Amino acid sequence: MTRTGTPGRTFEQRAHVLLGQPSIGRNLGSALDTMLGTRAALLAGTDLEAMRTAGEQIRAHTIANLAGYLEEWSEKAEARGTRVFFADTGAEAVNYVRDVCRRRHASLVVKGKSMASEEIALADALETDGIEVLETDLGEYIQQIAEEPPAHIIAPAVHRSRGEVRDLFNRVHGTDLSDEPARLTAFAREHLRAKFLEADVGITGVNFAIAETGSISIVTNEGNGRMSSSLPPVHIAIMGMERILPSFRELTVMLPLLTASATGQRVSTYYNVISGPRRPEDPDGPEELHVVVLDNGRSAILPTEYRSILHCIRCGACQNVCPVFRQVSGHAYGSVYGGPIGAVLTPLLRGMEEAGDLPHASSLCGACTDICPVKIPLHEHLLGLRRDGARERAGAAERTTFRLWSWAWSSPRRYRLFARLSRLGQFPFARGNRVRRAPFPLSRWTRGRDLPTVARRTFRERWSDRGA
Amino acid sequence: MINADRRPERVALFVTCLVDLLYPEVGEATVSLLEEAGVAVDFPVGQTCCGQPPFNSGFVEDARRMGRTLLDAFEDAEAVVSPSGSCTAMVRSHFPHLFEGTPDEERARGLTSKTYELSEFLVDVCGATSQGSLDARVTFHDSCHGLRELGLTGQGRALLEEVDGLELVEMARPDACCGFGGTFSVRLPEMADAMADDKLDQTAATEADVLVAGDSGCLMHLVGRASRRGDRARPVHLAVLLAEARGLR
Repeated sequence: MTRTGTPGRTFEQRAHVLLGQPSIGRNLGSALDTMLGTRAALLAGTDLEAMRTAGEQIRAHTIANLAGYLEEWSEKAEARGTRVFFADTGAEAVNYVRDVCRRRHASLVVKGKSMASEEIALADALETDGIEVLETDLGEYIQQIAEEPPAHIIAPAVHRSRGEVRDLFNRVHGTDLSDEPARLTAFAREHLRAKFLEADVGITGVNFAIAETGSISIVTNEGNGRMSSSLPPVHIAIMGMERILPSFRELTVMLPLLTASATGQRVSTYYNVISGPRRPEDPDGPEELHVVVLDNGRSAILPTEYRSILHCIRCGACQNVCPVFRQVSGHAYGSVYGGPIGAVLTPLLRGMEEAGDLPHASSLCGACTDICPVKIPLHEHLLGLRRDGARERAGAAERTTFRLWSWAWSSPRRYRLFARLSRLGQFPFARGNRVRRAPFPLSRWTRGRDLPTVARRTFRERWSDRGA
Repeated sequence: MINADRRPERVALFVTCLVDLLYPEVGEATVSLLEEAGVAVDFPVGQTCCGQPPFNSGFVEDARRMGRTLLDAFEDAEAVVSPSGSCTAMVRSHFPHLFEGTPDEERARGLTSKTYELSEFLVDVCGATSQGSLDARVTFHDSCHGLRELGLTGQGRALLEEVDGLELVEMARPDACCGFGGTFSVRLPEMADAMADDKLDQTAATEADVLVAGDSGCLMHLVGRASRRGDRARPVHLAVLLAEARGLR
């Protein structure tokens, strides 16, 4: 069941498809407002700035010393029986997981939420091997049966109304459920519970690894992360290489920052720290614990001006607050990471050739930078990537437009001439003081908006009249 | 940076290219508000544009070339005032690093330290003056760069609240971007329109007669969209509405 993304090569094409489905913007708008409202209510009266500064410092320190912390973590983890695999590429990570599944003769894999596994299309690869892969996060499960990728990094089905979920469930399972959320959840739980018990392998993500103890921690609200990691005989966790913290001290700062920013919760319902596979004295737990540490382009970001994008803790707050994301969901961004974080990260991971248009999918309003719990200057990174793009991939037409424009306007005399010529040039198109249909490239404006005409007398002309 | 205890006798008006070319009445309203606040206004004619269009598109050298006209024009000004949060933010937040390492570094920093957005200058530097009156129901849009880069939250509203008969009503998300975003609005027009619709729907829900903002970019976008949709509320620049209320037009 390969999941197909929204069609289109560019952000603009994909956004066009999604804007044509007004229910997406409507559902998203109300869901995101709820999440932002809960967050705001929780944080009211707290010293948010101090928390963000602490979060920023912790992440900056960790990423500046990433190699050392990863080494410390993997030594500690291996000493406790965890099998650690450092994957340079997505393909290496996928192959490692396939090998484990093959060795264990796995036929059913249950999956907790993991954006890193989405990034490397792990489920698709396992299904090619004839393995049934079941998403166990409710949102991911909804997206899986809808055969769509997640639309948001922490709320995968946030763009769907409960009526849509009801219809989906009834269609796929031949049931006759109501749109009562409790009823839908109960149905999914029943369906998933049996699968947890049957599964050969459980795959999860990692929220933070803890260097001093070689542990990993997983935060969920549905308990599916705990079941995926503890019921099957094998647990494989996939972790982006940047998702590490020095010690539990830092974890106590980062966890509340993560849950507050993500869902407006002081703590999440389930919170696991896993420090190794089942020991002889343990009553339960997996026989094998594997952690796949994924590079896949991340270490190449370390020496660049964009390093702080690796501070990200995947809370999704920048998606919640982004006015562009709000209209179209993460599906417009052509990768698992949508919104501002994706518009920065995807070009860095996949290259400007493939995703160089994403940094332009922002009005640079700066709301993302303002809300980021670890103070990543997201809109400044977008600007930086636009500068890189202007150097590396801008077409001759765009280059020439800005060159000519800046040449014309770098001299007050030429600027005045420009105003006079524009007044003449607009004459055939103007109706009163506006243009309803302009020639290219301004036709891109007038398709949906009127354009004002250059004034009969500009301000500077009026000013000199006044002096005269 | 803001020196509230000393109001300059003269300021130079940084009118912005949009106001100069498309909305001269915003420039005139700005001048009358400043003069009414007891400040003489100069208009250095060498100014053109802050360079934001090329800057936000990644063309740094082209941005410097435009921005330099401001460095030249305002070199001798004691203070510079602009009816735009976005263009003021370009100077205040971006000029220092835009010109860093160039021979203009010092001049850029000098301009940065003396440039103010209009509502900020009127409230924080001059202290609010006369009220005027206007019978209107008004909602206020926080333009992004004024709000987030300059930290302007209350100045525009404070000026509106002084106006007799003016009823200020808040829309659901006044701080949400209207979708203009400079070249963004031409690169992704369909997205920009959807964002404008969101803002205009919020405005309509307040049943306001007037949608006020402090940036002509946002307003050009919103006016253009509202005209196609046939919205009732009239998008107007803060300076124009205040001048109207004070009978300065």
